[in-house]
Amino acid sequence: MRRSRARNAAAVALAAALTAVTAGCGGGTTTDSEGSNDKPKELTYWASNQGTSVAHDKKVLAPELKRFEKKTGIKVKLEVIPWSSLLDRILAATSSGQGPDVLNIGNTWSASLQATGALLPWDDEHMAKVGGAERFTPSALAAAGAPDKDPAALPIYSLAYGLYYNKKMFKDAGIDGPPETWDELVKDGKKLTGDGKHGIALEGGDPVENSHHAFILGKQHGADFFDASGKPTFDSPGAVDAVKQYVDLLAADKIAAPGNAEFAKRESVRDFAKGKAGMLLWQAAGTALQSNGMKSDEYGVAPIPVQNPGSGEKGTRSMVAGINLAVFKNTDNIDGAMKFAKFMTSDEEQRTLNAAYGSIPPVKAAQSDKAFDTPDLKVLREVLTTSSAPLPQVKDESKFETLVGNATKDLFADAAAGRKVTTESVAKELSAAQQQMRK
Amino acid sequence: MTTLSPPPGTSRPDREAGPSHSGPPLPRRRRILPDRLRRAGLPYLLLLPALVLEILIHLGPMAVGVTMSFKELTQQYIRDWSAAPWTGTDNFRIAVDVNAPVGEALLHSFFVTCAFTVLAVSLAWLLGVTAAILMQESFRGRGVLRALFLTPYALPVYTAVITWSFLLQRDGGMVNHVIHDQLGLTDSEPFWLIGDNSFAALVVVAVWRTWPFAFLILMAALQNIPKELYEAAHVDGAGMRQQIRRITLPSLRPVNQVLVLVLFLWTFNDFNVPYILFGKSAPEAADLISIHIYQASFVTWDFGSGSAMSVLLLLFLLLVTGGYLLVTGAGRKRDV
Amino acid sequence: MSEATATATADGTADGGTGGTAGDGTAGGTSRKPGGHLAGRASGAGGRKGPGRVSPTAPPRSFIWTRRVVLTLLTIFAATPLLVMVSSSLKPLQDVSDRFRWIPSSLTISPYVDIWSTVPLADYFLNSLIVAGAATGCSVVIATFAAYAVSRYRFRGKRLFTVTILSTQMFPGILFLLPLFLIFVNLGNATGVALYGSRGALIVTYLTFTLPFSIWMLIGYFDSIPRDLDEAALTDGCGPLGALVRVVVPAAVPGIVAVAVYSFMTAWGEVLFASVMTNETTRTLAIGLQGYATQTQVYWNQVMAASLVASVPIVAGFLLLQRYLVTGLTAGAVK
Repeated sequence: MRRSRARNAAAVALAAALTAVTAGCGGGTTTDSEGSNDKPKELTYWASNQGTSVAHDKKVLAPELKRFEKKTGIKVKLEVIPWSSLLDRILAATSSGQGPDVLNIGNTWSASLQATGALLPWDDEHMAKVGGAERFTPSALAAAGAPDKDPAALPIYSLAYGLYYNKKMFKDAGIDGPPETWDELVKDGKKLTGDGKHGIALEGGDPVENSHHAFILGKQHGADFFDASGKPTFDSPGAVDAVKQYVDLLAADKIAAPGNAEFAKRESVRDFAKGKAGMLLWQAAGTALQSNGMKSDEYGVAPIPVQNPGSGEKGTRSMVAGINLAVFKNTDNIDGAMKFAKFMTSDEEQRTLNAAYGSIPPVKAAQSDKAFDTPDLKVLREVLTTSSAPLPQVKDESKFETLVGNATKDLFADAAAGRKVTTESVAKELSAAQQQMRK
Repeated sequence: MTTLSPPPGTSRPDREAGPSHSGPPLPRRRRILPDRLRRAGLPYLLLLPALVLEILIHLGPMAVGVTMSFKELTQQYIRDWSAAPWTGTDNFRIAVDVNAPVGEALLHSFFVTCAFTVLAVSLAWLLGVTAAILMQESFRGRGVLRALFLTPYALPVYTAVITWSFLLQRDGGMVNHVIHDQLGLTDSEPFWLIGDNSFAALVVVAVWRTWPFAFLILMAALQNIPKELYEAAHVDGAGMRQQIRRITLPSLRPVNQVLVLVLFLWTFNDFNVPYILFGKSAPEAADLISIHIYQASFVTWDFGSGSAMSVLLLLFLLLVTGGYLLVTGAGRKRDV
Repeated sequence: MSEATATATADGTADGGTGGTAGDGTAGGTSRKPGGHLAGRASGAGGRKGPGRVSPTAPPRSFIWTRRVVLTLLTIFAATPLLVMVSSSLKPLQDVSDRFRWIPSSLTISPYVDIWSTVPLADYFLNSLIVAGAATGCSVVIATFAAYAVSRYRFRGKRLFTVTILSTQMFPGILFLLPLFLIFVNLGNATGVALYGSRGALIVTYLTFTLPFSIWMLIGYFDSIPRDLDEAALTDGCGPLGALVRVVVPAAVPGIVAVAVYSFMTAWGEVLFASVMTNETTRTLAIGLQGYATQTQVYWNQVMAASLVASVPIVAGFLLLQRYLVTGLTAGAVK
């Protein structure tokens, strides 16, 4: 009797607390209206970590934000968020409705975040406020949301993968120039391997890097990881070939050091910069290499090899990598946010910021600057405009990066532990990854 | 917040003990208020802050979490939860369907966690009890040694685990330097942060961090055993080993009961160690359930499914703890 | 004064504890009679607390050798990572980013200089200090009240309360990370106080996390304090709260210190909630230390230096208060 009464009381209390707690649970403002102008003098901006460190980013952005404030009278509160927590923070902001006004997103997340409905769509009217969609390179804009929808963000920094090679090591090994096909790359890699050095450095423990390379190689094998309707096709023969080929650089060809299988903290950049490996597949690695002590005349950049010389889909040499700028739908300073987007995508800011970060401006008019005429950026720009494809812009893209990237990581681990990596084992890993996709 | 009702029980005795809510009772008022009433209200008042916080921060969110587990809470819906469709028990059915990949992966993760917990807890306990017994007698340097042993536990978990991830690197780590370069125990340098060895690495790091806790508690408990018992046993002709078996271990039994349970819960739910050691995607061999659920919710953006898995985990822990307390003798009898 | 009470308390516990054990322990029967006989002699030789122990029970040689070997191994196990942590923080970057080496090519203190500029470590440190300090203070006070109620009063729902409190220890953090976040946001919207991203939200969260274990430990400790003490205070004219503050709390200092240390450590080390609930101005050390792994490389020497900076206060505090911990735990959790 005594017990049950206490229990009833507890139940009542709990229920009451629950009502209190869940009543407001619609996630902040539940209205679907597009922002307000409640705080016209203030903006919160979440920047991604583009520079060598968070402190570097702040140093780059602070004077620009000052200029914006001078121009418009709007004070921008900047927070640079490390990549390790950026997506979690965005998700939390999305589910609660309390987030920044403007934020940077990795462009591969565009479609996934678009599906949450938290980002302001850039329809024609909004686009006109920043000068129109024509100002941006089409490939960059293609990586800003699902193809059948208005872009969810504006591209601000573009990047592409390139093949970085150590000029001196190539010369010493008697190799004339960078490889153009994967067969050549493996052949060159074998020449470079030995004496504690290796042909290529891979970031095998990093799921995101792995998934990017799986995608690029997949394109070259004629495989997409999603079909037209957005359903995953992770274990198609082409995809299996792609992943196997990438893992085989370490497993069968042995031109990458076994230790690469656990690299996830930019160790491959370090090993390449220190001359422990002759080649590296990376996006705009310039600043990273220099901060590791490699001079810019010591390395060359070439497009990533293809299977056979050719063109079209199979000539894909990179994904469209980069960063997009998005406006949070429930911003309380929509006009200011638009102004800020216009400012950040202006020709002048594009030049300054992209030059500072070693990336390529996705704004066409800004590309014609000397800062982007360095040998390596020229190559990457060429790749970006002619032979790169955006990652699948489907809402499950982030799952693809996680699942396929992890499957590849596990395969690397197998290979490094001396286990054989066969077509069957790759297919098995990939179909297991695919089945993790529930719907 | 005004809807938050008073703590369990308050609503009832309120009638009899209402006045005492008006503030801390002063000695003067003792005679005015019948003692019986004041004593009935005061405990609830004392419990109130703790209760409000527990309901607000622990129980409330937990209940929301349980609610989430019955919803299809994928990225389309996280912005507006109320719009997320109810899925009944779908999330649970998928989580426990061990023939399908999601359930299979969860089961695998569950087994890994069980093995990890059993190993880590028993090793931590074993080291703790060994060190505590060996250091029961005072000897030169005991204080220093005790401080040293306790330090790993005192370190903030992130600094401890970051250091371990530095030691366990394959190419530049100290562990491989010692066992491969210096001792020549292995033909090639093993991996510790990926592949099958990652399980061993996880156990070692967890034990390194938790055994000092066992050591501390057991050391405290040993101080409570009167020396007379040992002296008496000695006179009876019992050797060191017998004294440990006959006196030390039985005396530690009530402590062990609590200690093992606490270690079990902390280890089983441990998120920090695997997260800092392996990052967001743990290797299969070390795919602890907390990381697995984190991945199911945050990385693949399926919060309904992640919550369902958490609820299952919670049920399991409640079951185990309940069973454990029943078997080991009814827990703490505080209701006296 | 509190010293004396504490000792008396610990002794009281010891007797109570062993009495119970002896009853169901196997050793009970054999030891009881000779025990009484010997106790007299032992206390004559300086009591059981004296460092100079009676020779009859001096450990055999084999035990001493076992002790040496095992403790040496344990020392290596416990100390090696600490040693590497310290030595790596004094090495130049190239020594920590290539093959491991015991002997550094040169010693440098530059990591200790650089850590403050690579990331705003001082700010993070201050944030951690505020959050952990406030959470600890509140936790101790609230836990003391609650534990006192449970320990000294009979009331309806007591059992329910203790069971519920304990069961929260089982909640997987991940289950309520997002809901808790939402609650803070909604509370913030409702009250107009910005909770999300504030230190306040983090303080309340940590405070609640540490409450169950703190309450539970303090119940044990309070139970071990003889009721006669506070009843005497009550008859002297103190109210129940007066008795708590003037008698019980001073007698429970070791237990309270143990609880405070536990709370502080938990708050200082928490990672998951801090990663989602802090922003740049409120970021704590747990998240801030990730800043040394940059987009281009990991500054391992700075990571180790910053880790040491983050660890020193807490390790020092822990070791200094160790004596209290043992006493506190003896009566509290251990009983």
